Amino acid sequence: MASRDYMHRLPDAGSSLRRPESFSRRWHIDLPLLLLLMVLAGVGLVVLYSASGEEIHYVKRQAVFMGLAFVGMVIAAQIPLEFYRRWSPWFYLAGCCLLVAVLFIGVGAKGAQRWLQIGGFRFQPSEALKLAVPIAVAAYLHKRSLPPSFLTVLGTLVIIGIPAALIVRQPDLGTSILIAASGIFALYLSGLSWKMIGSAAVMGAMAAWPMWMWGLREYQKQRILTLFNPDADRLGAGWNIFQSKAAIGSGGWAGKGYMQGTQSQLDFLPESHTDFIIAVLAEEWGMRGALILLALYLLIIARGIYISFMAQHVFGRLLAGSITLTFFVYVFVNIGMVTGLLPVVGVPLPLVSHGGTSVITLMAGFGILMAISTERRRVLF
Amino acid sequence: MSENLRFKDHHSEQRLFRNRMLVAICGVVVLLGVLVARFYNLQVVNFEDYRTQSDQNRIQVRPVPPTRGLIYDRNGEMLADNRPSYTLSIVRERVKDLDATIELLAHLVELDDSDVEKFQRRLQRRRPFEPVPLRYRLSEDEIARISVNEFHLPGVSVEAELVRYYPQSKLFAHSVGYVGRINDRELSSFTEEDVRRYRGTQSIGKVGLERSYEDLLLGEVGYENVETNARGRVLRVLERHDPKPGAELTLHLDTRLQQVATEALGDNRGAVVAIDVKTGGVLAFVSQPSFDPNLFVTGISFKDYSALRDSLDVPLFNRVVQGQYPPGSTLKPMMGLGGLAAGIITAETEVADPGYYKLPNDKRIYRDWKRWGHGKHVDLIQGLAQSCDVYFWDMAARWDIDGMHDIATRFGLGEKTGIDLPREYPGLFPSRAWKRGARGVPWFPGDSLNAVLGQGFVLATPLQLAVMTATIANRGTHYRPQMVMAVDGVEQPPEILHHVDARPEHWDQVFEGMEAVVYSLHGTGKRAGAGLDFKVAGKSGTAQVVGIAQGERYDSEALKERHRDHALFIAFAPVDDPQIAVSVLVENGEGGGLVAAPVAREVFADWMSRPLEDTASLQNWRPPLMFTEEAHIRG
Repeated sequence: MASRDYMHRLPDAGSSLRRPESFSRRWHIDLPLLLLLMVLAGVGLVVLYSASGEEIHYVKRQAVFMGLAFVGMVIAAQIPLEFYRRWSPWFYLAGCCLLVAVLFIGVGAKGAQRWLQIGGFRFQPSEALKLAVPIAVAAYLHKRSLPPSFLTVLGTLVIIGIPAALIVRQPDLGTSILIAASGIFALYLSGLSWKMIGSAAVMGAMAAWPMWMWGLREYQKQRILTLFNPDADRLGAGWNIFQSKAAIGSGGWAGKGYMQGTQSQLDFLPESHTDFIIAVLAEEWGMRGALILLALYLLIIARGIYISFMAQHVFGRLLAGSITLTFFVYVFVNIGMVTGLLPVVGVPLPLVSHGGTSVITLMAGFGILMAISTERRRVLF
Repeated sequence: MSENLRFKDHHSEQRLFRNRMLVAICGVVVLLGVLVARFYNLQVVNFEDYRTQSDQNRIQVRPVPPTRGLIYDRNGEMLADNRPSYTLSIVRERVKDLDATIELLAHLVELDDSDVEKFQRRLQRRRPFEPVPLRYRLSEDEIARISVNEFHLPGVSVEAELVRYYPQSKLFAHSVGYVGRINDRELSSFTEEDVRRYRGTQSIGKVGLERSYEDLLLGEVGYENVETNARGRVLRVLERHDPKPGAELTLHLDTRLQQVATEALGDNRGAVVAIDVKTGGVLAFVSQPSFDPNLFVTGISFKDYSALRDSLDVPLFNRVVQGQYPPGSTLKPMMGLGGLAAGIITAETEVADPGYYKLPNDKRIYRDWKRWGHGKHVDLIQGLAQSCDVYFWDMAARWDIDGMHDIATRFGLGEKTGIDLPREYPGLFPSRAWKRGARGVPWFPGDSLNAVLGQGFVLATPLQLAVMTATIANRGTHYRPQMVMAVDGVEQPPEILHHVDARPEHWDQVFEGMEAVVYSLHGTGKRAGAGLDFKVAGKSGTAQVVGIAQGERYDSEALKERHRDHALFIAFAPVDDPQIAVSVLVENGEGGGLVAAPVAREVFADWMSRPLEDTASLQNWRPPLMFTEEAHIRG
């Protein structure tokens, strides 16, 4: 009702009778979301301290990143939504150019070529696409009449497909999936007909076999095979999942106690401070801790969905919905992977895993979400 | 672009969005439910399984090898000790790149190709997650260098291990023997129980007492539960069950007597055995030449081994229990006693010795060792004292070989003595049945003449001769010869194997004859008693190495040194109350009385000079030292 009140007062804008703007509106901050994110980031740092083997410098570094990310979020929240929409084609094009550059002059490690090096500074263009793609799709659909026609769907798929294909080539399947998901969510939310969804599913199923034969790399196949038979090769491909399941399972309901997890503290758990950090939390804090973390994620997602419902126009709605659902995909793919439900793909646990770039992109996404939530009701054509 | 012209219906678009979003919410809820169910499945339903897995991950059962039992001589002198030695080991399962690790280690410690080669071989037969030794006997510097670099070397550890050390070196190599690394053949012959007992133990008794008492010396393996990290570093010990150390052996052997006997033998090849007449305990056990048993403990180098193996003097050959020599005239006292007991001869029997002997109906001439003979009236005493061959030929011609065989067996010839040492040879004393079986020909009277002089088919080990001598000294009581006097301080009772029945005066006559060997005018073993304040009884012997053809004269000059006769001497002392019996063999020593008898004298002189309490058995025995220190080096 409060917002309706506000709406009624709109014609009187500028008059002395106007209610003073609240802090959150003035600074475009969504307080419930900010609170939830801060709690999550705090939990992340605490778990990271244990997962890194009590190495405080890891935690400090991550705290600095988080600070930067929060600043980035606030900045992203200040930018008018219209700006994002107008400039979306340019963001998108610039991102794709960078991806092409990565293919030729990129640097990397472990057989993957993901970074661009400019002077002493290294950055990952695919991270920027995580935002550029949903913005571009939402902006594209914003101008179309909905539900989208077949041509519109095709156009959207091209927008999604180009960067996704470029990122798969790096190779970075995890990021590629997340970017594709963010675009597809926007498309789906725009009212994609069930008929099209159904036929896409059928086509996807039919493409599975050729994908397996020619599309996937050997290590990717291995990861999928490991999923179905995790005990086959415990010291090789199955090691990570075997150890993470042992870590989570041995935590039980109550957990082994903070910094008492034998799997993580004795180095049996690989990647314990990055992709597999949920196993540390589940081992040391038990199922209770895992449920609390899931609840935090659920609240953040709920807030994001609420914001999308309250958005004023198609662009905001689709973008908010896409960012929120993509965030959920992060959570689900990461936890599904660590618990052995999904094959191993490199997706970090948002705001908990150690690593700077993903935190900054994520928080920038939440900044856009805040921009949507606090946008003044304006007619936007 | 016709759709652009279509009118945008905001309300329907919003409805469409809500509709899709509601479905998405359902999806989110269902998938979150899947995650919750997964956590429930892992952490509640299968909690026990995963807890076990995680414990198995970090907790390892490590065997704690027992301390091998120590070996002392009768006076508490240490013959086999355990000393710490630092071994560089690798757990293969914890090393990613073995070649790189070995290369890195080669910069830190001395590693030659043979170390690596042996390591690769050990690697083939390791148990999973078992540390495999790469280098033994690290120096302090090497240990320090590895500790500093331990961080770069996952799976590499320095382990303190107790290894056998023989402080007396060569002196007891043939009796105490030695341990060595467990080899393929031994490993493949292990039963399941053996595999359990030897967990964590690298060594096993190879020869000597170390082998025959392996079961007692080994002890019982203990174990500990240790927490390790993923790289196999031990972080703490959670639970420990101490191993039970192996039994301590106290031997009858006497280090000083052993030294005296060894020195008396000098540079000669040969053997000396001294036996405690009253128990059968072996007081001295010398087989010359000997070797340093410490070489074998952690693996002998190929060079050292081939030197020992290829030496003409065969130092690895245990002459005492494996050397089978023709005993020669040393059998005469036993034969005389047998003849008396069987009634073939009496104290009054006299034989004329013209220097040769002819069997009735046989042209063959048997020559006495003394060309002109020992005179017209040779009785048993003179026959023994001067070692008159003709006297014994005359007796043998009238005696059945199976009777001789029977008496020889009672004195321990022709069968294993049953000493507590491995790989003993039985020697041989022939019988009709044996000759028919082994050679397929009947017994000839001439064979008896050879047998009575300890030649022909007869073979005996120096140990058998010592047992025979002790049985004579004991007036017929034949004890099993025994090396070990006590196990963990519990005395091992002497064991009587046979009793030779003869009348006391028969024993007296044999004693008198053997005493005459040492003290009579023409005695062949006068050197055995020279300058001693107690009486010694003995008998010399000479064993031909190369047969002499009929009619040919023995010419020692013409024969190479190694073809010369072996010199033998058996003796006991003191005559009135025998304490110690000795057999001496000097390979290619020629004259038993000349070369072998002085060795026996030295042994007697030393043994009888001891005050009584010095030779008393278990006074100096002390309880075993427990070695339960945590012997693992951590980074």
